[in-house]
Amino acid sequence: MTSYLISGAELPGGARGDLAISDGCFVDPKDVSGKKGTVVVDASGLVALPGLVDLHTHLRQPGQEQAETILSGSQSAALGGFTAVHAMANTDPVADTPGITDAVARMGREAGYVTVRPVGAITKGLAGQELSAMAAMASGSAAVRVFSDDGKCVHDSLVMRRALEQAKALDAVVAQHAQDPRLTVDAQMNEGALSSRLGLTGWPAVAEESIIARDVLLAEYVGARLHVCHLSTAGSVDVIRWAKKRGISVTAEVTPHHLLLTEDLVAGFDPLFKVNPPLRTTEDTIALREALAEGVIDIVATDHAPHPSESKECAFGEAAFGMLGLEMALPVVIETLVKPGLMSWSDVARVLSSAPAAIGSLGGYDAPLAVGSQAHLTLVDASAVSLSPRGSLSSNNPYPENALPGRVMFTFHHGVATVAGGELVAAHVVSAGRHA
Amino acid sequence: MKHLLSTRDLDVDRAVTLLDTAEEFQSVANRQVPKLPTLRGVTMVNLFFEDSTRTRLSFEAAAQRLSADIMTFQVQGSSVSKGESLKDTAQTLEAMGADIIVIRHPASGAAATLAHSGWVGSSIINAGDGAHEHPTQALLDAMTLRQRFHAQPRGALLTGLSVVIVGDIVHSRVARSNVFLLTTLGASVTLVAPPALMPQGVEDWPVAHTHDLDHAIDGGPDAVMMLRVQRERMGDGALISHKDYVRNYSLTVGRADRLPASSIVMHPGPMNRGVEIASQVADSSRSVILDQVRNGVSVRMAALYELRGGGA
Repeated sequence: MTSYLISGAELPGGARGDLAISDGCFVDPKDVSGKKGTVVVDASGLVALPGLVDLHTHLRQPGQEQAETILSGSQSAALGGFTAVHAMANTDPVADTPGITDAVARMGREAGYVTVRPVGAITKGLAGQELSAMAAMASGSAAVRVFSDDGKCVHDSLVMRRALEQAKALDAVVAQHAQDPRLTVDAQMNEGALSSRLGLTGWPAVAEESIIARDVLLAEYVGARLHVCHLSTAGSVDVIRWAKKRGISVTAEVTPHHLLLTEDLVAGFDPLFKVNPPLRTTEDTIALREALAEGVIDIVATDHAPHPSESKECAFGEAAFGMLGLEMALPVVIETLVKPGLMSWSDVARVLSSAPAAIGSLGGYDAPLAVGSQAHLTLVDASAVSLSPRGSLSSNNPYPENALPGRVMFTFHHGVATVAGGELVAAHVVSAGRHA
Repeated sequence: MKHLLSTRDLDVDRAVTLLDTAEEFQSVANRQVPKLPTLRGVTMVNLFFEDSTRTRLSFEAAAQRLSADIMTFQVQGSSVSKGESLKDTAQTLEAMGADIIVIRHPASGAAATLAHSGWVGSSIINAGDGAHEHPTQALLDAMTLRQRFHAQPRGALLTGLSVVIVGDIVHSRVARSNVFLLTTLGASVTLVAPPALMPQGVEDWPVAHTHDLDHAIDGGPDAVMMLRVQRERMGDGALISHKDYVRNYSLTVGRADRLPASSIVMHPGPMNRGVEIASQVADSSRSVILDQVRNGVSVRMAALYELRGGGA
């Protein structure tokens, strides 16, 4: 494998220094410096972050390959600085058996750009009634450690209790999509004065908050780990804060779009801004940013949700929910948290790498950038303007062009360059790099 | 004016121009041959993704009186999964020569999406989109109010008039369009509905609101507008019991008798007699329901005319 000497990068702690990669791991720069074949990367002006880990990605394969494939989603992830993604279970067929989860992990390895960790469905067919083969998925070759019915809420309290108990036995985590289905029938956007004016059915904050409140109590009762997907309201932050204070084992994520975008964007009825949970108010975005900086919210996860154009070229009420996220997550975090001084680069490394890896029981991220650790690395030019997403097969990107800071210049996955000079490395080169 | 999508987009001048043009056209209806050559060679398409015979016929009558050509596209079932998309349908109709597309759609914002997506270059008239807006309905209501309370309607506003709108406000595009247009024209509006049918955040609207119809009646409003009750929204326990609704929110003879002598009763139709409005009230001299229908044709003539460049 190619050895790399990365010189002059700004490390998360703030110091400038050199990093070196050899045989898939970080090594002492002295070990590769001056050696034949070592590729020197001039990283002056670039910030070095551990490879980013997404706990919430929709790769759409199997079943919706016109929207995204494991390969295209992996490429989009690499361009966004990610080296690992957790592929949600709402594929067709649903990832509710080891046959599917093992196949997804294998296709991820074949694509080679990132580590693809399949998420197993909690219930068969995401129907919310009968538990899936959680133990079989956990003991399969994919070793599933995150279970979620994401896209749907496990709203039956007894099913949720049993899922938490089973996950506890498997040392896994249940990731809940918190949405009371009865309070959100036909819901299209945040409920409030704007939804009323537009005549769009509202999705009230309480539909999220009430499920989170129930779930943290269930998690406490059975002594299991709970992860809450895409927190979107200030009230949810309060519930999580209370639960953590009480010692409940709960973690929470926020998406880039809920950090930056607000419901006002829906006023023009553009389906690009239709997402579930919906964009909320400015007050909510502020509460979410503060909670992330404070550690009440543990991580940023993208909820990358590619959709073919026909799913967005229609009336708002008929459009699909979801937006792209992998390539804009880091720019949004820089814009909303780093630039205003709410978070340092080591905080960014935590919320986008080590913490999501820990929640997903993903090894290799606990001693980031340290000699001997797996070489997952992202080099970002924080002063450059971000590019619009290029890797995804879909184009439902809600962010304006040239408006956010931060361009990923290099990504290394297990010592293999997947992005170099700001451009995606070709698949055969990535593959050759891994097998060299 | 390129499109007519929402009364919220109309400023006072634009609204008054439309109403004055409608008054102008009203006189045509009384001629022996009620027809003008104004829009000869212009094709109007009625693109209806929802059944509404009344609105469709009203637009057809308006187009006929202005000598426009008419095509009608009535879609059975609305969702994309059931067939052609809004985009494809609209592009197909434009390829057939549509200059103006009148769209009725069950999804809020469908007319705005059609106007702003770049799919078609036609002018768009919103003939009702979901629970969002129904601007020509509000215009015909404003026209009716103006005629009733001004001896010389032309140029007049609705300053000082009080209008009470009663019923399923949360699901009503008629209510929304009226709130914005009537307040723009200077009227004061009070919304009356049970809690489940009152929109969230109504306190931010430029209106008064109450759950008490009797209280609103005793305020002596100039006009009471009763909205149609969608029976499917009643009685499943989720919103309100049918019996409670009729008892508390129906315009009964007793309630109508307590109104000032000059007050009028309005309804966008079709009515559920005995539900939101008593039959005797609907047929009483207070009722201006048929004036509303008549004015609907004039207002739609004015909208078609203004979209094709108006007097300019």
